[in-house]
Amino acid sequence: MINSLLNIFWLYGIYIIVLSVIGLYCILVTLNIVRTLIGIEVLMKAVTLLIVISGFTCGHTALSQTLIITLIVIETVFIAVAMGIVLGVYRHTKSLETKNLTNLKG
Amino acid sequence: MAIIDEILLIALVAAALWTVMARSLLRSALGLALSSAILSIIMFKLGSPVAAVFELSVCAGLISALFFCIITITEPLTPEKVREEAGARFGRFRYLPPIVLAVWFVLRLISFKLDIKVALPEAITDVRQVLWAHRQLDLIGQILILLCGVYGIVILLKEARGKRD
Repeated sequence: MINSLLNIFWLYGIYIIVLSVIGLYCILVTLNIVRTLIGIEVLMKAVTLLIVISGFTCGHTALSQTLIITLIVIETVFIAVAMGIVLGVYRHTKSLETKNLTNLKG
Repeated sequence: MAIIDEILLIALVAAALWTVMARSLLRSALGLALSSAILSIIMFKLGSPVAAVFELSVCAGLISALFFCIITITEPLTPEKVREEAGARFGRFRYLPPIVLAVWFVLRLISFKLDIKVALPEAITDVRQVLWAHRQLDLIGQILILLCGVYGIVILLKEARGKRD
């Protein structure tokens, strides 16, 4: 029983790592601010999946669901504020490219 | 069970790859909504229906709508410019599929031995009771974060309006 649960956890763990790699690669490589936010969202999906599978493996699904609800609230607020910042950047520079954000360059 | 799980997980990774590599931002936002929907199906399968409903309504609905709004407001590139920039973007993202495949293949070869102790059985199985009775500090944190978010958005939009005047 425990072995089968651990096998399921490792199966999900592989895909969680792959999702994290996709999100990190997107954040590192892209030059568009909105695409950077999309990369962060993909990383958040990996974290959500990790919490779900941890709760399922340990048998504490109620606690894991509570943590996911908190994570979703934080995610939504983060995205809303980041969208506001993106809008401000666009109004100042008329562009979404990160290479144009050179105002603070020393 | 493992085959269906694996199909869903592969679909999730494929949707995430499409999200990251799609040519236009609107398609990326659509891919994000799709990956949220697949994730919510996985949550249902793993016995987390409340979290799945939240994921489906907030992440696949609200956050995607926010992305669509910001992409529309910021006037995305014309189809011609998208085609022009596609080459440069493809050059940056061309290493991602091989990296993903390599990571997946290496991890499949490793048989990782997890030293997890058996957890005590869950005392309370009702999500509402856990949230309202045992995780009250989380609720206070959520309220504070929501207030901070609202305050931040108000300040950002107010400043922008002030500059326009």
